[in-house]
Amino acid sequence: MIGPALPRREFWRLTAAGAVGALALWTVAALSGITPRQFLPAPWEVVARLAQLMVEPFVGHTLPVHLASSLQRFGSGFLLAVAVGIPLGLAMAWFPVLDRLVTPLFEAVRFVAPIAWVPFAALWFGTGIGGPVLIIFMGAFPPVLINTYRGARFVDTKYLEAAAMLGAGPLRTMTQVLLPAAVPSIVAGLRISAGLGWQSLVGAELIVASSGVGYMMVKGQAAVSTATVMSGMIAIGIVGLLIDIALRRVQQHIEERRGR
Amino acid sequence: MANIQFQGVGRIFRQGGKEFVALEGIDLEVQDREFVAIVGPSGCGKTTCMRMAAGLEHATAGQVRVGGVEVTRPGPDRAVVFQQFALFPWKTVWANIEFGLISLGIDAAERERRIRHYIELMGLGGYEQAFPHQLSGGMQQRVAIARAYVLDPKVLLMDEPFGALDAQTRVVMQEELVRLARQHPRTVLFITHAVEEAVYLADRIVVMSRRPGRIREVIDVKPVREAERWDALPRIEDVMDQPSFVHLRTHIWKLLREQQGDDAH
Repeated sequence: MIGPALPRREFWRLTAAGAVGALALWTVAALSGITPRQFLPAPWEVVARLAQLMVEPFVGHTLPVHLASSLQRFGSGFLLAVAVGIPLGLAMAWFPVLDRLVTPLFEAVRFVAPIAWVPFAALWFGTGIGGPVLIIFMGAFPPVLINTYRGARFVDTKYLEAAAMLGAGPLRTMTQVLLPAAVPSIVAGLRISAGLGWQSLVGAELIVASSGVGYMMVKGQAAVSTATVMSGMIAIGIVGLLIDIALRRVQQHIEERRGR
Repeated sequence: MANIQFQGVGRIFRQGGKEFVALEGIDLEVQDREFVAIVGPSGCGKTTCMRMAAGLEHATAGQVRVGGVEVTRPGPDRAVVFQQFALFPWKTVWANIEFGLISLGIDAAERERRIRHYIELMGLGGYEQAFPHQLSGGMQQRVAIARAYVLDPKVLLMDEPFGALDAQTRVVMQEELVRLARQHPRTVLFITHAVEEAVYLADRIVVMSRRPGRIREVIDVKPVREAERWDALPRIEDVMDQPSFVHLRTHIWKLLREQQGDDAH
């Protein structure tokens, strides 16, 4: 059951309590000596390592440089997913033949987790840029395609009738009626896509040789530096959250413009 | 401009192995520049008639012709004003009105001239860059009417265009449509279930019955209107007070009422 919404102050108080509680548990566990400190450093040790990584290169680069190269790969895979997913989704909504051709294939392939593409990507692309982009693409592609298709497929028929009456052909109907009608659904899909793509990143970077947050974490693991690994996790979490906030802004802007 | 001909038009729906006759033996000609209203109870197939002329539905018997050409699919030569407006919510007022003109391949200067003309005529000045959701229902329907008229279509098809509006807005829109229709006569097929609206707007009224949908009677309003000089009266309520108006309205009411009686048996 969903209770009544919390007042804003109460919400922040509980959020802070949750964070403090988790940090306290972590601290107690680290200091108690249940596990060697090397495997579970205290929170402040991880923060210190994070600060150090910001300025001091580790395996060739500082954390911001690793992040930048991760973001670049993520951007390539994500944009590729958008560039293929949106037009394909629209076309599938408009041409039933294409829908029937693509859907069974897609339904089968989407259950292969992005991470399961790692060996295949490594065989195909070695350590080149293609591998990580393929894996991120595999994570980001399904939600874009599904949401574009659904948004366009279930567009109110009155808009399609109006477009037909106004003499619009298939191309104009797709770009000026189906696409804008599907935009709210597409943007919701983009948020899921970005999340899944970003999550696939570490897997993608396991097979990359020289840079990236995932690469940094793998090297941290090899050096038995738990603080480095955890710093990478924190960086991934924060950047992922920022990406989602940015896309949420876009979503709100579009909804306001539409008057919802 | 052109005429609309229904020749022995029928429509059968099949549902779960059962056949349901929605329309039967519809013979009707809307003359060039004539304003014809179809009235009838809900379910009599009046909207189906309009949608067939628009090419949004197909007849299962007979033929629908516009300007002598058989209708096979929708197109900008048969402009529709929908009950639910069907404006594109992601386009501005200007872009909504412009959409069909682009399909027709009309050049930018001529598009602008025509759009300005209808924005002026429909009292939409100042709202060119507004989005539909920022407008009242009445204003949205003005945009939809402008979007249809701007195409300079052979015929105009209106499907209860004022059905979604409140009573006051409705009256204003009816007066404006009369003004538009008398100044620039066009071939109009107007669907409504409001009897007063039909008598006030139309040159001729087609009264339909249901199960199956058939034409019950066709009533000539234009001779009465011209003889009684309704158009000289500025307001709809003045027209509706005329004994000649009341007489026609009552006659149509009775026709519709008799059908309800039929239903009771």
